[in-house]
Amino acid sequence: MAKIISKNEIAPDIYSLLVQAPLIAAKARPGQFVILMVREKGERIPLTIADYDRERGTIRMVFEVVGKTTAMLSKLNEGDDLYSLVGPLGIPSEIKHYGTVTVVGGGIGVAPVYPIARELKRAGNRVIAIIGARSKKLLIMEEEMRSVSDELLVTTDDGSYGRKGFVTGPLAELLARGEKIDKIWAIGPAVMMKAVCEVTKPYGIETITSLNATMLDGTGMCGTCRVTVAGETKFACVDGPEFNGHHVDWVEFINRLARYKQQEKMAYELYKSRGDA
Amino acid sequence: MAQPIPIPERMKRPPRPMPEQRPEERIKNFNEVPLGYSVEDAIYEAQRCLQCQKPTCVAGCPAEVNIPGFIQKIVEEDFAGAYLEILKTNSLPAVCGRVCPQEEQCQKTCVYAKKGKPIYIGKLERFVADWARKHNIRENPPQVKREQRVAVVGSGPAGFTCASDLARKGYRVTIFEALHKLGGVLMYGIPEFRLPKEIVDWEINKAKDLGIEMVTNFVVGLTKSVDELAEEFDAIFLANGAGAPKFMQIPGENLNDVCSANEFLTRSNLMKSYLFPEYDTPIKVGEKVAVIGAGNVAMDAARTALRLGAKEVHIVYRRTREEAPARAEEIVHAEEEGVIFDFLTLPVRILGDEKGNVTGMECIRMRLGEPDESGRRRPIPIENSNFIIKVDMVIDALGTMANPLVARSATGVRTNKWGYFEVDEKTCATSREGIFAGGDIIRGSATVISAIGDGKKAARAIDEYLSRGGSLRKSRKPAP
Ligand SMILES: Cc1cc2nc3c(=O)[nH]c(=O)nc-3n(C[C@H](O)[C@H](O)[C@H](O)COP(=O)(O)OP(=O)(O)OC[C@H]3O[C@@H](n4cnc5c(N)ncnc54)[C@H](O)[C@@H]3O)c2cc1C
Ligand SMILES: Cc1cc2nc3c(=O)[nH]c(=O)nc-3n(C[C@H](O)[C@H](O)[C@H](O)COP(=O)(O)OP(=O)(O)OC[C@H]3O[C@@H](n4cnc5c(N)ncnc54)[C@H](O)[C@@H]3O)c2cc1C
Ligand code: SF4
Ligand code: SF4
Ligand code: FES
Repeated sequence: MAKIISKNEIAPDIYSLLVQAPLIAAKARPGQFVILMVREKGERIPLTIADYDRERGTIRMVFEVVGKTTAMLSKLNEGDDLYSLVGPLGIPSEIKHYGTVTVVGGGIGVAPVYPIARELKRAGNRVIAIIGARSKKLLIMEEEMRSVSDELLVTTDDGSYGRKGFVTGPLAELLARGEKIDKIWAIGPAVMMKAVCEVTKPYGIETITSLNATMLDGTGMCGTCRVTVAGETKFACVDGPEFNGHHVDWVEFINRLARYKQQEKMAYELYKSRGDA
Repeated sequence: MAQPIPIPERMKRPPRPMPEQRPEERIKNFNEVPLGYSVEDAIYEAQRCLQCQKPTCVAGCPAEVNIPGFIQKIVEEDFAGAYLEILKTNSLPAVCGRVCPQEEQCQKTCVYAKKGKPIYIGKLERFVADWARKHNIRENPPQVKREQRVAVVGSGPAGFTCASDLARKGYRVTIFEALHKLGGVLMYGIPEFRLPKEIVDWEINKAKDLGIEMVTNFVVGLTKSVDELAEEFDAIFLANGAGAPKFMQIPGENLNDVCSANEFLTRSNLMKSYLFPEYDTPIKVGEKVAVIGAGNVAMDAARTALRLGAKEVHIVYRRTREEAPARAEEIVHAEEEGVIFDFLTLPVRILGDEKGNVTGMECIRMRLGEPDESGRRRPIPIENSNFIIKVDMVIDALGTMANPLVARSATGVRTNKWGYFEVDEKTCATSREGIFAGGDIIRGSATVISAIGDGKKAARAIDEYLSRGGSLRKSRKPAP
């Protein structure tokens, strides 16, 4: 069990959750995630560790309400216990001095990008960050991102803030003007990561994406998180979640994400109409 | 009290079968298939035992259960006594009575076996354990207390047995388990209709009576390494099982409705998806399902698929029924329930549509050739015999292999080419002093009872190691 220290709605339907988890905080590194359960009858869902404080023994998760489990999670309050929490899972991001790196965060993806950017900066890299959201009110963690990057570019789909359009816009310009970029991280919805990879591929710059495959155990035991990378089957939970996006079979990945869509939708509708059974 | 009956009469008595749910009914529910013995059934069957002076049955039991001893107590109607007699050597009687391959173990070596009617030892063991659970019979907590601490990695039958045996000797034992529930395969793999989870819970939770500390949600290798545990504990037993699923590695295997038996069974058992949406984890089942493989796991997956509403379930196996590794009883149960067996059939490709959904599976027919190293006749493909089975879901039940998470974090603990820990057969000791290993992680997927046997061996060796002053905390760190 893990106690919730605080919960804040940082944008409509997007929450930041601070949890007491000393063992996880002691080990967590950027790029890793946890799996949690809201209740005994609950589902095991993965969330990225958006931040960790080794001294206080806390970790932070940022999540968006998209279905039944995240909706139930958003209803928990300070002092409540999660039914279960396990981690840190997955292989950490490879942080070292590359030179200039670009980190791209779309929507909720800004949260996992933040600790990566921070550690890249600390490792002496010049960090150019591009973050985006559908509209101004859905943009998260702008200040945090600004504090860890040398240059911050912001986009919104509807133009309500920053540049109008997708994160791929400023990225394409950066590359076109000949900016020397040594490595790229792109995290966000699958379609966004796929689009980023299409932009960067002609330049041959390694582009790391974090694959939010559906998961169950998160320890390599079930294979539900299978992805094809460079023609080989990998388990996103133990071989990833980060992979070079140029080698990911995106069509298969996006297909597999939709596997339980019908059931999930039904469960969420039922939950909205009568609460948890 | 029931009386022993004269020997000739005992030998004439036919064995007593256990009543079962009828196939037409049971495929509509997840309740247990065999219904258990009544008190009268149990006494009747127990009275058949000859109480041999040299009981050959015991030699067939890796848990060293005093079989005539507990059976005699049944005859005497001292069921609590029978239970405590079993517990002396086997901490999981309700489990073993249900899932041990008795026909290959204790019942095979029973003197009656030659005549084809061994005592139903497993069924009697199950009866005793169920009676004890209903009457909440508990073991006394250990009297001795020792200071040394032992860490056990994994809460399956190997880890649980080792932990219980050491706790009885007074050691301070902590079990670390990656999942949110204890029990290993007993909890996540073997289905409710063969091993009700309530029973596993009860049997495992008895460990608390013994003072064992149980830590769930702790992935050794990630939350802490084995090397870190070695600084906090005097000895370690690695019993993390062989949990990584194997796939066929044929085209189409990452289509949406292809999954491992581990995934399918974990959803259904551990997460209770068969009760979705009351439980939150979804599960999908096709109308026509192909399960690849013919071991216990395949039978479990096929029978689960039927219960979840599949209209047609095929077991696709490249050899024949004779070579099928599943227990005979499981194959019969699957057959009775309507599972279709496609023997001498090898899948070569899974077909799908543009959305990634399965539309069929291409197979090739096989014939049996000369025996291979395992003594089984080798299956050989028959050229140009390809055909397509129309299915919309495929479940790979091809067995499992070692997950490297634990081994990677254990400096100086040697593994073989398959990633299993190398151990001394008598003591389960690994190449690093103070670290022991047993269960599926030393030999690949096997049986509950062999895992229990390892747990017992390791507990004995750990006791000896600690009694002669050994301690991981004191021993020097091995070179990385
Ligand atoms: C390694 C990893 C890290 C993640 N980190 C975060 C994070 O930091 N913050 C966050 O908000 N989410 C994160 N996710 C996604 C998160 O796990 C899902 O949003 C969550 O499981 C949804 O559960 P639910 O029951 O609320 O919704 P569901 O009912 O399960 O799903 C609702 C909708 O979301 C889609 N969906 C379900 N699972 C995923 C998924 N894994 N990825 C994308 N779409 C999905 C479904 O197709 C459906 O349309 C991460 C996923 C992975 C694998
Ligand atoms: C579907 C199925 C049906 C079966 N049917 C039968 C049967 O009828 N009869 C029979 O005798 N045998 C059967 N078996 C085989 C039997 O269940 C296994 O041989 C036995 O459970 C092995 O025990 P174990 O203790 O070695 O490992 P497991 O039972 O696998 O337990 C290992 C435990 O370690 C945990 N673990 C793994 N990695 C870590 C880590 N890094 N940190 C912490 N914990 C970790 C796992 O989560 C698990 O709980 C079946 C197996 C399956 C899968
Ligand atoms: S534990 Fe298994 S092998 Fe031993 S007596 Fe019981 S059923 Fe037979
Ligand atoms: S060998 Fe058979 S008859 Fe003899 S003691 Fe064992 S169970 Fe009884
Ligand atoms: S989530 Fe089960 S293997 Fe990755």
